[in-house]
Amino acid sequence: MDFDLMLRVYPFFIEAAYVTVQLSVLTCILGLACGTLGAMARLSRLAPVRWVAATYVSLFRGTPALIQIFILYFGGPQIGINLDSFTAGTIALGVNIGAYMTETIRGAIISVDKGQTEASRTLGMSRAQTMRKVILPQAARMMIRPLGVNINALIKGTALVAPISVIELTYTAQRFIGSTYKPFEMFLLAGILYMIIIYAVGMGIKWLDRRAQIV
Amino acid sequence: MGLDFTVVPDYFGVLLLGMGWTVAITIGAGLLSFFGGIVFAVIALYGHWVIRLPFRLFAWLFMGTPLLLQLFLIYFGLIEIGIDLPAFIAGVIGLGLHFAVYNSELIQASILSVDKGQYEGARTLGLSRGQTLRRIVIPQAVRAVIPPMGNNMIALLKDSALVSVIGVAELTLAAQQAISRTYRPFEFYIAAAACYYVINLCLEAGLRRLERRIAASR
Repeated sequence: MDFDLMLRVYPFFIEAAYVTVQLSVLTCILGLACGTLGAMARLSRLAPVRWVAATYVSLFRGTPALIQIFILYFGGPQIGINLDSFTAGTIALGVNIGAYMTETIRGAIISVDKGQTEASRTLGMSRAQTMRKVILPQAARMMIRPLGVNINALIKGTALVAPISVIELTYTAQRFIGSTYKPFEMFLLAGILYMIIIYAVGMGIKWLDRRAQIV
Repeated sequence: MGLDFTVVPDYFGVLLLGMGWTVAITIGAGLLSFFGGIVFAVIALYGHWVIRLPFRLFAWLFMGTPLLLQLFLIYFGLIEIGIDLPAFIAGVIGLGLHFAVYNSELIQASILSVDKGQYEGARTLGLSRGQTLRRIVIPQAVRAVIPPMGNNMIALLKDSALVSVIGVAELTLAAQQAISRTYRPFEFYIAAAACYYVINLCLEAGLRRLERRIAASR
């Protein structure tokens, strides 16, 4: 184990960890947006809207995220979409995780007792009001933990943008393995940083979940 | 440059061969993850703490870091200590171990959910600890765990795309080879995605049948 080398290169890994965090945050926001819209569409009264959403979920969950990234980044220019690798990676990953989040959010919404909807409607609330004031607050509590699982997968998934040369943790490890031939040391550095990020986010989600359960 | 999908059929053979490798790696890693998952679960639940502790650490590392990084470690890292694996084998081991850890979590939960009375009953009837596990507890636990494990298999199929980066000529790399000759990334990645989708649909249909058969035999 070459600790000297690890001490020399770790600043590059810290910088790369920052990129991984940025990617994770942006992907998470985009994923939540796609997931919320997707879940609403899956529960829509209009059949064509439901079909579109079901197709979105099926296609994005049925093909590898790596291929989706490649289609957008390498294939995009052919249809006039020119994105830098960071943006392409964020969009592809966000839309991908959004398909998983669609099902997670939909699952939480339909798990709220039907009687709640019926009662609110009987009390004269509109469908939108029922959703906003009665169903969503209860569903939100239930989706924290499963969404946490999605977010955990998302953080590890950011490694997939390494092949399109986004200078995040995995790419940095790969680059230093290429120049130093010390895979274990580089893996250890990158691995530790991933664990720290995932651990911190996990703690945050647990905290949120605890707070939500008390209310 | 517009889109022209007519170039795709020329590389049908290349993609088909890539599909074959994707299926092979999924089956290989799938089997490893299934049996590895059972072994890991038994170690985690019943192993001596001297074995259990390093295993826990191993599982924790595998669940907390990206699969891509693990594949790099197994393929490039093991060379450093003198183990030079062919890319395909490294891919099967990396994918297999990664999903074995996830399967192990599922199996552990389902072993714990098997009624304790079953265990006590079997022991009272004179079965040894090993026999009780092998003949009574694990068969019931594995049955309950088939549906969630099916989800892991589907994830494994898609993650098999990652072994393209260590040079296994599966579907994703096959598409890349076609692209390097034709400069048509959009068409070939879409074609590869379609191939994955088809394999995925077949796998899902197979899993549904398996689940129905297990439900019927209960």
